[in-house]
Amino acid sequence: MTMNVLLAQTALADAETPADLAVEVIAEPLRGMITLRADLTAASTGAALGSVFGLETPTVRRFTENGDVRALWMAPDEVMIHCEYQQAGAKTAELSEALSTEHHLAVNVSDMRQVITLRGAGARQVLAKGAPVDLHPDSFGVGDLRRTLVGTVAAAFYQISDAPETFEVFCFRSYAPYFYEWLCASAKNGALPDAF
Amino acid sequence: MADAFRTADGGALIDRSRPVSFTLNGKTYRGYAGDTLASALIANGVHFVGRSFKYHRPRGFVASGVEEPNALFGTGVGPRFEPNQRGTMVELYEGLTAKTQNHFPSLEYDIGSVNAMMSRFFPAGFYYKTFIQPRVAWKHVFEPFIRQAAGLGKAPTEADDAEYEHFHYMCDVLVSGGGVAGILAALTAARAGARVMLVEQNAWLGGRAIVDEGEVDGQPLGDWVRARIAELEAMPNVLIRTRTQASCHEDHNYVLCYERVSDHDPDLYGGGPRHRLWRVRAGRVIAAGGGIERPIAFAKNDVPGVMLAAAMRDYLKLYAAKPGDRVVVYANNDDAYRTAIDLRNAGVEVPAILDAREGSNGDLPQIAREMGMRTMFGSGVSKTLGRKRVEGVEITELRPSGRPGALETVACDAVAMSGGWNPVVHLYSHSGGKLSWDDDQLMFRPDPSRSPIRHDGAPAVVCAGTASGHLALSDVITDGVKAGVEAADALGFETSGADAPAAKSAREDGISAIWFTPSSGKLSVGNKHFLDFQNDVTAADVELAAREGYESVEHTKRYTTLGMATDQGKLSNINGLAILADALRKPIPAVGTTTFRPPYTPISFGSIAGRETRELFKVVRKTPMHDWLAAHGADWEPVGDWRRPYCIRKDGEDRHQAVEREILTAREKVGMLDASTLGKIIVKGPDAGAFLDLLYTNMISTLKPGRCRYALMCNDNGFLFDDGVVARLDEQTFLCHTTSGGADRVHAWMEEWIQTEWPHLKVFTANVTEEYAQIAVAGPKARVVLESLEGDVDLSTDGLPFMSYVDGTLAGCPVRVYRISFSGELSYEIATPAAFGLSLWKAIFEAGQPFGITPYGTEALHVMRAEKGFIMIGDETDGTVTPHDLNLSWAVSKKKTDFIGKKAMERPFLIDPDRKRLVGLLTENPEDVLPDGAHAVEGERPNGKAKMIGHVTSTYYSPTLKRSIAMALIRRGPERMGETLTFPLGGDRTLRAKVVEPTFYDPENARQNV
Repeated sequence: MTMNVLLAQTALADAETPADLAVEVIAEPLRGMITLRADLTAASTGAALGSVFGLETPTVRRFTENGDVRALWMAPDEVMIHCEYQQAGAKTAELSEALSTEHHLAVNVSDMRQVITLRGAGARQVLAKGAPVDLHPDSFGVGDLRRTLVGTVAAAFYQISDAPETFEVFCFRSYAPYFYEWLCASAKNGALPDAF
Repeated sequence: MADAFRTADGGALIDRSRPVSFTLNGKTYRGYAGDTLASALIANGVHFVGRSFKYHRPRGFVASGVEEPNALFGTGVGPRFEPNQRGTMVELYEGLTAKTQNHFPSLEYDIGSVNAMMSRFFPAGFYYKTFIQPRVAWKHVFEPFIRQAAGLGKAPTEADDAEYEHFHYMCDVLVSGGGVAGILAALTAARAGARVMLVEQNAWLGGRAIVDEGEVDGQPLGDWVRARIAELEAMPNVLIRTRTQASCHEDHNYVLCYERVSDHDPDLYGGGPRHRLWRVRAGRVIAAGGGIERPIAFAKNDVPGVMLAAAMRDYLKLYAAKPGDRVVVYANNDDAYRTAIDLRNAGVEVPAILDAREGSNGDLPQIAREMGMRTMFGSGVSKTLGRKRVEGVEITELRPSGRPGALETVACDAVAMSGGWNPVVHLYSHSGGKLSWDDDQLMFRPDPSRSPIRHDGAPAVVCAGTASGHLALSDVITDGVKAGVEAADALGFETSGADAPAAKSAREDGISAIWFTPSSGKLSVGNKHFLDFQNDVTAADVELAAREGYESVEHTKRYTTLGMATDQGKLSNINGLAILADALRKPIPAVGTTTFRPPYTPISFGSIAGRETRELFKVVRKTPMHDWLAAHGADWEPVGDWRRPYCIRKDGEDRHQAVEREILTAREKVGMLDASTLGKIIVKGPDAGAFLDLLYTNMISTLKPGRCRYALMCNDNGFLFDDGVVARLDEQTFLCHTTSGGADRVHAWMEEWIQTEWPHLKVFTANVTEEYAQIAVAGPKARVVLESLEGDVDLSTDGLPFMSYVDGTLAGCPVRVYRISFSGELSYEIATPAAFGLSLWKAIFEAGQPFGITPYGTEALHVMRAEKGFIMIGDETDGTVTPHDLNLSWAVSKKKTDFIGKKAMERPFLIDPDRKRLVGLLTENPEDVLPDGAHAVEGERPNGKAKMIGHVTSTYYSPTLKRSIAMALIRRGPERMGETLTFPLGGDRTLRAKVVEPTFYDPENARQNV
């Protein structure tokens, strides 16, 4: 017997998007996520990310990508890979197999976080309302990533596009309803100070 | 006639094409867009706008900016009503509603003004002197009186409906103040390529350059500064925020800037925040907040119509509002002559300019004389006439003897006073910048050699322009450019060719000190020389404090309340300490200043709270089943940031009934619990077993894959702090369950040991708490319910024995089924990826219907575990309890050479047989439930009081056993089996309970092993 993926739903399956937002606040569908803890400087780690995902190892506070698959730098010994939700289990096993001779931890964590996209001019200003991060476009651009607090919520965000200005931000699943509401409140029309 | 005091033309900030009407105390007035509430009222001839705090004396506008002490209003209505708004900072909008404050029944006729007649009985330190005796009077007389009198405005009666927010911004240079110095500093740094933020508390830029005359690079000062503003506004690397005040400077150049986004325009309400707090981190801060003019202490200097000289100029030139028809000027410097000249040019009579100095060779007095104004050196205002408005002044000759020599009385309706200028050093001083006394200019000015410093030792805040003590236009310009160059240089930007433009302005002669003007008559008849207008502190109060032995300026401040009002002494502090210095016969710098504390002016609580209000006040963590539970009657309780159902109530049930039903259903049939909040941490690596052997008191490394073990974690003092079931997933991988509230703490604890103490162990951890939803299914029917679901999991006694787990699929959901029990029943805990949690929950709920399944909450969980005698972290433990105290010695390995807490547990007091240990209790009357925490007593201590021998840790009415049960930590508890203990409950009430084994139900574990 196999699992029925139609039974799976995100924490924001019923979330309602308020009208009159200056920036789109989009609750993303389920996404495959794999936490890899390993020596990021080791050739074996880079080789495994390359062979399993076609990804390079990200440098500090950056991400790398290959199509829709991304490797996010999370800590000096931790990377998070984003991929197709249904592939995450098999890919975790593949990654573990590729690193079988190395000390590492690869774990499928696809269900414990919620991704929210902020899209449109001013997206970075929504984040700047909560994150003690220099979000000026001269300092934070496509490929950059931060793990930090947004408001009171532990989160990570990264810029995936300049035109339109697009960020993805994720938090733990249990915080998602609160966080989504916080982002919508901060993204209201008329509430962006035009700071950058 | 409407706005009779508006001049026919002029007024740089008002738009005469946009008239605006507003009300004060219900009466309608007219003003223009661009007016402040203050300027519009002055243009209407209204000066009497409030009563003072202590004596309820009539008060009017003194200043034109944030320093205004008197003119405080309640503005707005309903949820947007706000008290204590300075009329000088309230921008006029159509329909603005304002009320005056601190009077009863009306502004004109006020009962509280009787205090003024009693003023000889309200000296400095009045409270301290009066309220000591008689003691009984404090509660019944003094406190009610003070409570009635305390505060100025009325608190709003409705909840604020506005929104507030924060904004984080990083820049190279933050410039506070949009006057000439700030603009030039910002421009210089920005031209060099620095990212610059310029904040200005007013709605407009330009500072005094918009008001006063001068010439820069051959252009009139006003035109020149407008061109610089335009250049700044066009630069992409410059962010300008008006209506934004740098309120607070903290270490590492963290500055809070308070922006009033929509106060000036109700149409903006709702579309965005009302206030925004900018949390700025800057490479360097340039404080260019200008200066604040000092009042002069003369008798009755608080009567409406007495104003700062420069403020009069502001009203005249920014708003075309005349302060009166006849104005006497009283000053000790040349700058005040600008006011006389401007007033005369606007058609206002200036019957006399009283100058405390012996003479002046400056340009401005010369111009005044040429205009035919009467200038009297060596003289001053000894007293004003009038009560609700100045009617005239008595002029005195200022003699070296200090005795007043009355010269004459001059009729007037306003007095312009200027005692010199104080640089605005607040931002510089907030995090420790030091000042030095300038004896020529009579001011405390920043000492750049003692600036607040950055992490690298460089100056963090540099003052520029008047804030740095420069008063002449050319000096202000030079200093502004210098501050910009220095900031850019320090941050590595090129600033070649940044020369200061050449400026021309009137040549000014020096200032001379006039801290107090003698007057005739007695203080008790109302000849008060006010220093602090808002707190009604007079020169006599400060002298009295000195006579009574107060030498420290900080003590004098608190004793007299000088500078302790909402304006924090912006006008009064320097005058006050000069008078204190004089009374103490000390030089001013030897007395020093009080501390400059943030915020610069009061900021709204809303701006501090930001977004985190109302439904966003505090995060609520939700499990995947949260909404389902809510829809089915969950009665929530907080567990960490989670909400868990205490019970799930059916229609008509109270909490007690619901809990009882849930327990009996689980015991007799089957129940289901949302256990998703349980902490889950993966520990993996070749040394994972060795690591967990060190972390837990049990032996973990011997656990076989597929099996589970209940394990305890102690801190390095040997005290129990978390427990849970550890499952071995494979040779190198373990899954450690923690308590619901303990997941983050335990994970951090693990990482701390790996990273700091045992880096040689090859172990990685991952906190996967939120990856899985977890559902406990417990009760005699648990197996049949789960077996009725479509799946591939063998749930039989042999297929899935107690303390083991199996992976598979149930109802289309990937699952890991643990055979563990916290209720003592046949029980399964089923973990599924969180996205499947709700589907699996619903499937089990549906499948359980024929068997009478019920969801149960945390209270049923607690009662059932107590019936079984299972401990709960936080109930049976309080940070001072060891596993041995809880009869859990079986879970503390004797074979392991080491684990965290092992050595500590061997300390004498932790192996003392007299320690409190866990027992069960049965009350004599089975219906009596012991209160949580109740103390057991036995015998007496030497002092005759009862001796405590222990306390209740968990206590419930057990529906299963139909009687009360409790667990307790009792001295030598296990040795007391069968004894009856006494629990005094206060009053005459005492409960007696028998000591029993702490397992009340099914001690043979027959129910879970089926």
